[in-house]
Amino acid sequence: MNAIRPPSALREGALAFLARYDGLKARLPGDPALRAAAAELFRAGGLPGPREEAWRYTFLRPLVEQEFHEPLVPLADCGPLLARLPAIDAPRLVFVDGRYRGDLSVPPVQAMVTTGAPALGPLARPESEKMVALNTMLAEDGAEIAVPAGVDAGTLLLVSLGTDAHGRAVAFHPRHAVHLAAGARLTLIEICMGEGAYLHNPVLSATIEAGATLTHLRLQDEAKGAFHLSTVYADVAEGGTYDSFALNLGARLARMEVHARLAGPGAAAHLNAAQLLSGNQHGDFTTVVAHDAPNTQSRQTVKNVLTGNARGVFQGKIEVARAAQKTDGYQMNQALLLSPGAEINCKPQLEIYADDVKCSHGATVGELDAAQLFYLRSRGVPEAEARAILVRAFLSEALDPITHEAGRAALEQAVAAWWETQAA
Amino acid sequence: MLEIKGLTAEIDGKQILRGIDLVVPDGEVHAIMGPNGSGKSTLGYVLAGRDGYEVTGGTATFDGVDILAMEPEQRAAAGLFLAFQYPVELPGVNNANFLRTALNAIRRAHGEAELDAVQFLKLARAESKRLSMPEDTLKRNVNVGFSGGEKKRNEVLQMALLRPRIAILDETDSGLDIDALKIVADGVNALRGPAFSALVITHYQRLLDHIVPDRVHVLAGGRIIRSGGPELAHALEAEGYAAMVAEAA
Amino acid sequence: MPAVEETLDTVNAVTGSTYKWGFSTDIEMEMAPKGLNEDIIRLISARKNEPEWLLAWRLSAYAAWLKMEEPEWAMLRHPPIDYQDLHYYAAPKQKAGPKSLDEVDPALLAMYEKLGIPLKERAILAGVQGAGEDEQERPQVAVDAVFDSVSVATTFRATLAKSGVIFCPISEAVQEHPELVRQYLGTVVPAQDNYFAALNSAVFTDGSFVYIPKGVRCPMELSTYFRINARNTGQFERTLIIAEEGSQVSYLEGCTAPQRDENQLHAAVVELVAMDDARIKYSTVQNWYPGDTEGRGGIYNFVTKRGDCRGARSKISWTQVETGSAITWKYPSCILRGDGSVGEFYSVAVTNNHQQADTGTKMIHIGKNTTSTIVSKGISAGHSNNTYRGLVRVRPSAAGARNFTQCDSLLIGNNCGAHTVPYIESRNPTAKLEHEATTSKIDEDQLFYCRQRGLSQEDAVGLIVNGFCKDVLKELPMEFAVEAQKLLAVSLEGSVG
Repeated sequence: MNAIRPPSALREGALAFLARYDGLKARLPGDPALRAAAAELFRAGGLPGPREEAWRYTFLRPLVEQEFHEPLVPLADCGPLLARLPAIDAPRLVFVDGRYRGDLSVPPVQAMVTTGAPALGPLARPESEKMVALNTMLAEDGAEIAVPAGVDAGTLLLVSLGTDAHGRAVAFHPRHAVHLAAGARLTLIEICMGEGAYLHNPVLSATIEAGATLTHLRLQDEAKGAFHLSTVYADVAEGGTYDSFALNLGARLARMEVHARLAGPGAAAHLNAAQLLSGNQHGDFTTVVAHDAPNTQSRQTVKNVLTGNARGVFQGKIEVARAAQKTDGYQMNQALLLSPGAEINCKPQLEIYADDVKCSHGATVGELDAAQLFYLRSRGVPEAEARAILVRAFLSEALDPITHEAGRAALEQAVAAWWETQAA
Repeated sequence: MLEIKGLTAEIDGKQILRGIDLVVPDGEVHAIMGPNGSGKSTLGYVLAGRDGYEVTGGTATFDGVDILAMEPEQRAAAGLFLAFQYPVELPGVNNANFLRTALNAIRRAHGEAELDAVQFLKLARAESKRLSMPEDTLKRNVNVGFSGGEKKRNEVLQMALLRPRIAILDETDSGLDIDALKIVADGVNALRGPAFSALVITHYQRLLDHIVPDRVHVLAGGRIIRSGGPELAHALEAEGYAAMVAEAA
Repeated sequence: MPAVEETLDTVNAVTGSTYKWGFSTDIEMEMAPKGLNEDIIRLISARKNEPEWLLAWRLSAYAAWLKMEEPEWAMLRHPPIDYQDLHYYAAPKQKAGPKSLDEVDPALLAMYEKLGIPLKERAILAGVQGAGEDEQERPQVAVDAVFDSVSVATTFRATLAKSGVIFCPISEAVQEHPELVRQYLGTVVPAQDNYFAALNSAVFTDGSFVYIPKGVRCPMELSTYFRINARNTGQFERTLIIAEEGSQVSYLEGCTAPQRDENQLHAAVVELVAMDDARIKYSTVQNWYPGDTEGRGGIYNFVTKRGDCRGARSKISWTQVETGSAITWKYPSCILRGDGSVGEFYSVAVTNNHQQADTGTKMIHIGKNTTSTIVSKGISAGHSNNTYRGLVRVRPSAAGARNFTQCDSLLIGNNCGAHTVPYIESRNPTAKLEHEATTSKIDEDQLFYCRQRGLSQEDAVGLIVNGFCKDVLKELPMEFAVEAQKLLAVSLEGSVG
């Protein structure tokens, strides 16, 4: 293989991060060897670029054009941001500019939480994990959440607030880990909000042991000037379930990347998502589901609603290993383009090495159905409302399966609020 | 003549047939009746040679030849026909093409000349008309989009064309209304003769009013627990299986 | 007529091996020395007596190629190709115009026989003077045969000429119709388009040229037979089809090669141009030697095929049945430029043993109300890998564009791979795109059902696979459809059991 040469802009953009690392490394917690290895990788490869198949639709040039600074201490006042948090009655872990804020947090009772020591790990696929390498190199904080065997830890909020109180764009790379022991249960609701310009590059690794269930609801509602580049790893053992929904709403450029590995027989993953994008936003939802064991199941329903000059990207790959007989994999990606400037790029992908499997995907792209719109209006529904009804209906297949009431209500509310700003 | 002696068989290590003894002489129609799970369909599949149905003991011969050693298509060529309880759909495979391929494969096995498309279509149209099949039956894909009744009639159409020496009808009556039932029965009766025999697997007496059997056997727990004339079916209808099974135990 | 039903039986009887077209023919050949450089390109150009502009075009393509890298994005693995270890020019030594069949090299005739080409047509192909020109009872298929790098003969030219249709080797078109060639060559697939297209542009030696004048419906099917015969020879043919306003043509292409232990390179370029209301139907049955059951030998098939729907309401339809080649890298595409133009891609790709195929299409919607249909059926068996890769792109100008894509994979056995990589891009809200993909295996119930009715295991597999491919096979011209069905069965021999 030829070495991939990143465009020079991306290489130069990487230099600033490397300089940060060089200045910071003596003070960084955790295993310095892991960080050095990641830095080496990042030095060689730079930021991911359009020459890489996995990044063909998301170009990080705007990111390298932005100058980032170290978060300042003392930390900003977060009152107004916290006030915008959805009202969910549950313990919460709050990170501001990537650092844990005990004073704003309410730790859970049923789960054990450690902060201050990011849960670093070696890179599994170094050539395709450049953002994770960046995170590994610079992570300063993060939450490690553990739920003991058989315990239902209820609901926990993981909140990230980005600030630019000092008028300086900051970059932060929190590293979180969730460990569910056999039979454990947890609903983790992750909310990302902020103000101004910043880069939020979190990595979350979830280990789901036999029979355990992690429900992971995510609301990405970062500031309009922010960059959100997140990576989630979910490793699911026999009979375990990773049940997730992500709402990609905020940031000027966002990519939510999820790697789910179904490692034990009967493991299941649901990776549902909705992307609602407007203006000049760029949103990318990228998933890789690896079926590594027999009788595993994956379901993905991803909906995109695009207005203005927004660009939506969906990439979903289902990999079925030779051993993973009786795999049942399904993926549906749909996009509604509501304006002439909107753009969707999608790449659903199957990579199958076992013969006794049931795998399928579907994709549709179009605008609101004129006949449906007319039908509603002929029944007296005003056009704006009719459109709202149809867009909500379009999203229902992704939203309705969410069983967590308060979580769904919060997501629904975010959808409604988004639509109101569009209509206005 | 079909002769089954001490036949035992299992699926996934679970024993289903526990010693079947049965003789169906040429020219006779025998009925196999029995409650759900008694092994009726298994018997049909074992005789036709379906994968996963493992014979663990006993013999089954047709005209003295061991059929259990044969591949499914060899059994078909030898004249054994199974009308499936749930006929299989073959998307993209045209019914006429399928039937001609099957018929010519069997003719080849018998050293007979193959039928060309014209000869075949003439024959197939006549048979399908006799069975009151819709006109487009031959053009449609095998069993795809067929109603339950159409699928069963399609099985009988195949049987009429392939002219087997012994037909095993696995609950061919299930899901049929009275008119369809009569058509199916007429199709079977038309084949009756000294060189044709049949094993009719059914739950109910109903079908046997139309295809009158020479002998009736009651299968329960993987064994034939009683045999008799057509009157046995009536007795069953009146008493139910439970009483007879209890009595045999 | 191209290999008809009997071909298989004939050739089978001749060879008796798994690959039924694996004979080679000992014919006196004229070969250029191995290797690729400007001198070889000048030699090819000189041999063809080409005008200066074409040599310049070739040399610029070569200069571009030198700066390019072999693409690596496809799901294909092969040892590096040594481009200096190939002959770039090989032609059978033929004296022009034999008077009768007796004067024709018997080995050449024997090859046509093995290909199943009827006697009369063999005479025509061998260039016997006067043969076949006025025959009305012959099946109406005109054949161009390309043997290694050179077109050896084209039939029915006089008949076609009556309606103004030009069908000849492209090397001849360069001489006879230089203005047409110069106007269109490289306008659909530019010389620098990709690594293999650039290579082809530099060294192409022959291929077919078709020109259908305005309003003419080509009176017969046109067909080209490609055959690689010589050892260590790359085949680089170039086909150019131009359909003027309101014209129609159906073009068929068949490919075979002898069995060899080493891999042989085939890098062709096909360019189609359809003007207003023109229709081009391009069908391929590709049966290059796939290598043996251990994966030794076989053709590396790197082909660039692209159609340009330049005119309003024009239509280009690609149908392919790909059963051969060790490696297939091929994406017949349509540029839907004219308003209301239509692109179609129907494909069956079968891989068995150690074959690898990465094939699909690109539909680029530019004009308003353009529509495209993609139906792809991939069948993997043995240790093979079969990838569908397709792009549907709707540009902002393509209001009202429509695409429907169906791509299905069938796996036979547990050592093969089936992959689907669609790219769906839309920048116009009024466009409507639908994509569906499924993966399945041959159902045990279906197999048993067929066998209960008397079909052998292999016939049953053949029947089910043909059913799976029906939506594609029905797009083929009749005589190809029969051959294709049998090819499918043959290609999958030994894959189940």
